[in-house]
Amino acid sequence: MKNTKQKSGILSKVYIAIIMLFLYAPIAVLIFYSFNVGKTTVWKGFSLKWYEQLFKDDNIMNALGNTLIIAVLASLFATILGTAAAIGISNFRGKKRLIIQNVSNIPIISPDIVTGVSLMLLFTFLGVMFNFEMGFFTVLLSHICFCVPFVVLSVMPRITRMDQSIYDAALDLGCNQWQAFYKVVIHELMPGIFSGLLMSFTYSLDDFIITYFTRGAKFQNLSIEIYSMTHRKISPKINALSALLFLAVLVIMIIINLHDRHEEKIKAQKT
Amino acid sequence: MKSRKPSIPYIIWMLVFTMIPIIMIGFTAFTDKQGNFSLEPFTKAFNYSEVFLKSLWIALLSTAICLVLAYPLAYLIAGMKHSTQNTVIMLLMIPMWMNFLLRIYAWITLLQDNGPIDMALSLLGIHATYIGNTGAVILGMVYEYLPFMVLPIYTVMSKIDSGLIEAAQDLGSNRFSVFRRVIAPLSIPGIISGITMVFVPSASTFLVSQYLGGTDDIMIGDVIDKIFWTDQNTGSAISLILMIFIFVFLIIMNLFGDEEAIA
Repeated sequence: MKNTKQKSGILSKVYIAIIMLFLYAPIAVLIFYSFNVGKTTVWKGFSLKWYEQLFKDDNIMNALGNTLIIAVLASLFATILGTAAAIGISNFRGKKRLIIQNVSNIPIISPDIVTGVSLMLLFTFLGVMFNFEMGFFTVLLSHICFCVPFVVLSVMPRITRMDQSIYDAALDLGCNQWQAFYKVVIHELMPGIFSGLLMSFTYSLDDFIITYFTRGAKFQNLSIEIYSMTHRKISPKINALSALLFLAVLVIMIIINLHDRHEEKIKAQKT
Repeated sequence: MKSRKPSIPYIIWMLVFTMIPIIMIGFTAFTDKQGNFSLEPFTKAFNYSEVFLKSLWIALLSTAICLVLAYPLAYLIAGMKHSTQNTVIMLLMIPMWMNFLLRIYAWITLLQDNGPIDMALSLLGIHATYIGNTGAVILGMVYEYLPFMVLPIYTVMSKIDSGLIEAAQDLGSNRFSVFRRVIAPLSIPGIISGITMVFVPSASTFLVSQYLGGTDDIMIGDVIDKIFWTDQNTGSAISLILMIFIFVFLIIMNLFGDEEAIA
């Protein structure tokens, strides 16, 4: 549609600006108050003390560490499991394939709260049977559960679009099945695998609901820590945390965007 | 590559972590605390039918507002230069990457008594409470899920073949009829997936209403959260009803999508 000769009039610019204001004003307000000396929304002067306190808060730092570890492990494991699954599923046909794909999509389409509650039932049951308590490990398993379907969904189209003969060619040239996979096939699937990994990582970072139900009594990640902070007396440390997270997201997004543009340029030069 | 074996671990995984938990929800919903068959969880669940309806109503309103805001936005973005499109989409995504709770918390800060909005409007002589009502809950929902509506509509619109539009113009359509006869019908699949992506999470979320709503704005997700820790049976019954409702909703939406694709 981009070739239609639309003049982006003043009105459309204003509209986009209003939506952007709506999206960013709340974040801007948090960042603004993160520099406030006072504890309330009344401005009392500039200070970095909330940032200092944030870094001294062991609970938050510990929770941040847990969030990152879970996101890294869950997205890596989900990517391996999901990529293998997508390859296997692509060889099913007809009804069987439809059933497997639909079951795989259940965690995506069912409400998070139902997924969380059902996993909690499972882990409580298994916990009684095998004598363990919910914690880091059950949260990790749960995160893998809702990440794998995204990996399957993003790798699958790559497999169906891939030219099967390059795999056969690799076999003819003397590769065994495994070599043909990691020397040839995986490169064809890489964009899908990478976007699956990225999606898993972000969903894991952002999740609150499923973690909330499967964390047991002691495990804390960032979402849970923010949740308990907002339930206790609100501290402006949250503002400082928001500002830093926003900065991190901004930097990552800009890097990804620049990287994409760079690749597009290279592609454009090649053709 | 031609073997089904690589999917075996995942099939087992799905059995254990997808199928069994759902069966357990179903089983728990039809038993009492002693584990005997009982319909009591459902009779208890029906005490919350009003909350259930209100949740659906809030979700419906939020979805409608998202659609009204998102559609023109997606249309405008799809008509921009390619590089500008990417930048605007990135700007839409950035707030989504912030933690879900922090985004609601930001609205608490904005809307609270003596917060920035209250202070600014007080200067104009307007005094009111902006938090703790259904409007604030809907505002929070729209804020959380607006990008989920924009992205699918934008994706569909940006894929519309510009040849189709030029053809319509050559055949004498003005901008309005190009929109009505070409762009609008072709964007329906995007609208459908946008509606599902906003409606499902907003009907089932919890916390948004706890943070921004008043006491009578409790939603069904909050009820599950509150009940599940003490009464798993009733909690399971409500979860089961919610899940079945969402699945039926998705099936209906899919039917819509297919029919439109054929027509």
